[in-house]
Amino acid sequence: MLDKPIEKMAQATPATLAKQVKGLSDKTIAWIFVGPTILLLLAVNIFPLIWTINLSFTNFRANRPNKEVDYVGLRNYERILNDSDIWLNMQATAHFLIWTIVLQVIIGFALAWLINKKFKGNDLWTTIIVLPMMLSPAVVGNFWTFLYQPQIGLFNYVIAFFTGADPSTFEMLGSVNLAPWAIVIVDTWMWTPFVMLICLAGLRSIPDYIYEAAEIDRASSWRQFWTITLPMVLPFLMLAVLFRGIENFKMFDLVVQLTGGGPGSITELASINLKREAFEKWRTGYSSAFAIILFVTVFGLASIYVKALNKVKER
Amino acid sequence: MNHKHLIAATMLVGSGLATTPSFADDLTLCWAAWDPANALVELSKEFEAESGHNMSFEFVPWPNFADRMLNELNSGGKLCDLLIGDSQWIGGGAENGHYVKLNDFFDKESISMDDFAPATVYAYSTWPKGTPNYYALPAMGDANGWFYRKDWFENPDIRAAYKEATGNELGEPKTQLELMEIAKFFQNREIDGKKVYGSAIFTERGSEGITMGATGALYTFGFKYENTPGSYDMDGAVNSADAIAGLEFYKELYKCCTPPGYTNSYMEQTLDAFKSGQAAMAMNWFAFFPGLYADPDTGGDKIGFFVNPAQKVAASTLGGQGISVVQYSDKQDAALEYIKWFAQPEVQSQWWALGGYSAHNSVLQDPGFVDSQPFAGDFLEAMNNVQDFWQEPTYAELLLAMQKRLHDYIVADQGTAEEALNKLKDDWTEVFEDEGKL
Repeated sequence: MLDKPIEKMAQATPATLAKQVKGLSDKTIAWIFVGPTILLLLAVNIFPLIWTINLSFTNFRANRPNKEVDYVGLRNYERILNDSDIWLNMQATAHFLIWTIVLQVIIGFALAWLINKKFKGNDLWTTIIVLPMMLSPAVVGNFWTFLYQPQIGLFNYVIAFFTGADPSTFEMLGSVNLAPWAIVIVDTWMWTPFVMLICLAGLRSIPDYIYEAAEIDRASSWRQFWTITLPMVLPFLMLAVLFRGIENFKMFDLVVQLTGGGPGSITELASINLKREAFEKWRTGYSSAFAIILFVTVFGLASIYVKALNKVKER
Repeated sequence: MNHKHLIAATMLVGSGLATTPSFADDLTLCWAAWDPANALVELSKEFEAESGHNMSFEFVPWPNFADRMLNELNSGGKLCDLLIGDSQWIGGGAENGHYVKLNDFFDKESISMDDFAPATVYAYSTWPKGTPNYYALPAMGDANGWFYRKDWFENPDIRAAYKEATGNELGEPKTQLELMEIAKFFQNREIDGKKVYGSAIFTERGSEGITMGATGALYTFGFKYENTPGSYDMDGAVNSADAIAGLEFYKELYKCCTPPGYTNSYMEQTLDAFKSGQAAMAMNWFAFFPGLYADPDTGGDKIGFFVNPAQKVAASTLGGQGISVVQYSDKQDAALEYIKWFAQPEVQSQWWALGGYSAHNSVLQDPGFVDSQPFAGDFLEAMNNVQDFWQEPTYAELLLAMQKRLHDYIVADQGTAEEALNKLKDDWTEVFEDEGKL
């Protein structure tokens, strides 16, 4: 009697097919399942990567498909690495990357620490704090552009209120000195909640009995923080740094919306320059080389970082 | 059906065939989203009625116009049957095979380029430049001009204050230096209880804004692209002493006399600054002048217009576009029909009346043209002295290089004018070397 569904399914398999399947090894069946995924991965990831590497050695331009393509060897790489403007882009990217991560980790961890305390309205505050990361970067960019407006912007008025300066005397997005900080502030506002959530998960994963044991040993709060909380949250924090680092290395939309890379090229991050080279100037070969350099940089740094992360987790 | 009915029906069908094409097409015309585009929609209704074709329009805001349309052309897209593309695209349109060459069509339909203003034919239609190879019909003449608060300029108190401050009479500036003097006078002045600013100029970084604005000053100071036209010999032209002086002038105008936060402004922002009563003077394309004149708050008697003031030479930055048939269109015959209709003197006259800037001689040379609008005379004067950016197939690369160098120097205070122009010359040299033209 075929009571169980699995037996019904087995019964429904045609005898010829069942015979064929019966003859397949485990390895073959594994390949049948994994094969389509591997093919998809090759088509959408590996092939474009190989093709990009190939293009990076040419003078190909996507807007002139009929023009003869010449192999130019390492010329594109040489040009990029010897271009002082590219290095300025990299500096702008590094400034953005480092300061957003530092601020987001400090503020995110502090917020998580506070939210982790049991108090009335805890859930409501958590929801309010995570709201910015639910918005679209384009919306956030537009929103902050208005806030930073020297004549009508709320941000300028708040600063002016506390400093006594005329709000129209400083331009967050138009000033060479302030614009790099303006984009750091917005990214920090938007993505600190993300870091907070990861830290919160870390904090909540620490069993209470460890703190109870520490208290029996009369460890101070400060001591508990340094010897229990921080070491146990560290892998989570490092994971948050990895996520934000990769995200901000390729930051594009938010900064384009806020400054467009300006004033001048002060906030022109590497990804903005890459987009200009690839899809505005149509220097496909050159931009492919630039993309490869960025890829190797991110991949290399991320690999080193992941190794460090694994060591921390093993401790 | 009796015999009489059959003859009547045959005649009816026959007459229908004679007046309308055998089948109607849906044509799509692509252009920028701005005031003249709305006028063209109105104008084209007549074409729809006459031809039986249906017209659709794809208008893209200016900041994204080049990106969107050049991507469309480069990908061989069929979205546009007709394209009113920027003048600088003509080289790429012709060499990359995006635009249909119109010489045979013009010959067949007796459309003569002599009927259009020579500057517009040169700029909007020909490639290589100045040769009788036509890829567009001049559709919309345009140049960068200026407008100002006439009511403030005529106010006796303000005039007296200006006279006292400068020793000169307040009026439309005749030179770039006079323009700066007036702008400085108005900067931070209180008028009707409100702080106002001297001038609203182009400083936009992303597309073409700061280049279109700054070249207005550069050309008048004597900036040239090449020592000898067509030679790509730029050293000493792009970075000449005159060019350096022109660039320094534009930076000073930006620093001294623009509203706060004016670091990334183009057409929309200068219009806003003027219409909100913040700016005494503003630059923008003539295309916007009909709308500005009609504005209930700052138009009419309150607004005046003047052509870009000369310095060493009289010059205005060219705007405007020609209309082309897209090579990838499946409806080229109907698109050519539109161009034939648009080239007619009566249609061109109506085009001007609706707010478009006709480049047809029958309109421009009409004795009543200069008085037909308060800015018509200035438009004619500007079009006689226009200069345009490179129209090479590599125009986008050349433009983006200039955008970067100018914005770095003018807005971001990086380096000197000479350094900026030297770097620009190097950037352009690299582009032409890659092209095999140097």
